[in-house]
Amino acid sequence: MYVYDEFDRAFLAERVADFRDQVERRLSGALSEDEFKPLRLMNGVYLQLHAYMLRIAIPYGTLSSDQLRRMAHVARVYDRGYGHFTTRQNIQFNWIKLEDLPQAMADLGEVGVHGIQTSGNCIRNVTTDQWAGATPEEFDDPRIWAEILRQYSTFHPEFTYLPRKFKIAITAAPKDRAATKVHDVGLRLHRNEDGELGFEVLVGGGLGRTPFVGKSIRPFLPVRHVLSYIEAIMRVYNQFGRRDNIYKARIKILVHEIGAEAFAQAVEAEWANIRDGALKLTDEIIDDIRARFLYPDFAALEAEPAELKAALEDPRFATWYRNSVHKHKVPGYSIVTISLKPVGAPPGDATADQMDVVADLADAYAFHEIRVGHEQNLCLPNVATKDLPELWRQLDAAELATPNVNHISDIIACPGLDYCALANARAIPVAQEISKRFADLDRSRGIGRLHVNISGCINACGHHHVGHIGILGVEKNGQEFYQITLGGRADEHAQLGTLLGPAVSYDQVPGLIEDIVDAYLELRSSPKELFIDTVHRLGVEPFKERVYATH
Amino acid sequence: MAAPQQQKLKVNGPVAVTANRLSDGAVVWRTAEGSWSTALADAAVVTTAPEAIALLEGAHKRDTDAVGAYVAPVILGDNGTILPGNLRERIRVNGVTFALPGSDTPASTLPAA
Repeated sequence: MYVYDEFDRAFLAERVADFRDQVERRLSGALSEDEFKPLRLMNGVYLQLHAYMLRIAIPYGTLSSDQLRRMAHVARVYDRGYGHFTTRQNIQFNWIKLEDLPQAMADLGEVGVHGIQTSGNCIRNVTTDQWAGATPEEFDDPRIWAEILRQYSTFHPEFTYLPRKFKIAITAAPKDRAATKVHDVGLRLHRNEDGELGFEVLVGGGLGRTPFVGKSIRPFLPVRHVLSYIEAIMRVYNQFGRRDNIYKARIKILVHEIGAEAFAQAVEAEWANIRDGALKLTDEIIDDIRARFLYPDFAALEAEPAELKAALEDPRFATWYRNSVHKHKVPGYSIVTISLKPVGAPPGDATADQMDVVADLADAYAFHEIRVGHEQNLCLPNVATKDLPELWRQLDAAELATPNVNHISDIIACPGLDYCALANARAIPVAQEISKRFADLDRSRGIGRLHVNISGCINACGHHHVGHIGILGVEKNGQEFYQITLGGRADEHAQLGTLLGPAVSYDQVPGLIEDIVDAYLELRSSPKELFIDTVHRLGVEPFKERVYATH
Repeated sequence: MAAPQQQKLKVNGPVAVTANRLSDGAVVWRTAEGSWSTALADAAVVTTAPEAIALLEGAHKRDTDAVGAYVAPVILGDNGTILPGNLRERIRVNGVTFALPGSDTPASTLPAA
């Protein structure tokens, strides 16, 4: 965990006091809505269909048990008893009253969390791998670099009014769990032939109405230059990015229009002027940030303890273990994914009681630390393997042990038309129905890894373009219809999906997804060939022929 | 999709003016008396663009009660009942279409258009 200092706490308290004053002035009429709206947005407060929504940043997806417990408190006291974890490692409260917001923010600020820069045309929450610091695959803990970027970008005056919002993601492992190729900037940490640590820099990725996979503009950037290089990118974007059309204002459009090569040249020219200036990171600065991340005091434990061997005799535990437990860099410890996708439930939602349970379990078994992944699940990154059986029993009792991670019912979905003022169609009920159709865990295990992503509009908050099966809600003559794409992926081989065929109605979607899966089971070369690999091998045509013949 | 507030005003049938209450964001409807009500049944229903614009202008005069006012389609049912005119408004009136987490309440089903 990163340890905040007195400066951070004092700053947040001042910010909450400012917002309390702004809300009072708004309620009294001293501030008009036009004056107040940008102020509330800067604090992560949106107005949705039925209520205000508060979006709270979870920097690089890392939460302490105290922070999660406080989020449960906010959900219970000021909202309707639950929170929604998002694809950007944030949490949203959907029913909060404007008059309660300042106190809710004050309560959250006491544990160091806030909604600053979760909205508006600024650099948003820097996201990364939820297994950071725990996976044996990584070259370094990516959160060190995310924190450096967080400190740099928070209230950066030059980047407070960008042409459009700006999202940065970092991966430090070859396996990309942070979807770096579909962010405005993706940073891929690795070592060069000399063993030096640096980033491959990708720019211009993004989804929305004009989706692109990011382009690599620099294969290796020594880590100490990360701020100056990001600043050079931001300056080029700030100068040349379009401000006349909101739909063409993201950096991806600029990169696409002038070409990645020309964009890279402009960045390199800008960078040449600043690379050895104040933004060049010294060892002292890097070490200071690194020192503020406190790591668990891992004990020397057996890699395969007797408790685990005994528990594996229980088929339910064994199923969960094989699905939700992952290899840790320290022998005797494990990474645990907590599915927030119980069958038939809204994806990514957790009740206040469940948040408290996870916080308590993090205290008991995981060094007080919780992570949020962009797949809208939680993670305990550091669990002693011998404690897994007891952890599982308690997760199971709280309905938090559904063994469907990376299965077809582990669906990513945006809030859709049930909440969102921008949506055209519902996403959550579609996810719920698909999840119910594949409730049989033996069946879903037989299908294997299959990511379904659902968005309720072209803004693509459900990342449908990069779902193995992508579902996009559109509106036609007042009715909900859904376009289906196949073959998208958000990992290190990121690719946009291909449209399968004509849009289908709300009621037809679950059956169509079943037909796609049946087609896959028929077409795959062997049970080992994953859905995504079958689509890439055959294209969408064989699926289209089979699926539309029945619809 | 652009929010209704950003769309060109078209009146092809009965409409009402709706907004969100400032203090808590609750859905409210403009009444003929120039106040706001959380009940769609209390909404002033008009059928021409000039009438709708007049309702909207009244709604915008004071922004400490409600915000984001726009013209929404409604359907006049039997006995003068007023029903929401499209899916978005049905969800605003009836709430989300599934049971909220932690709730035992069964998912609401959308009434027919």
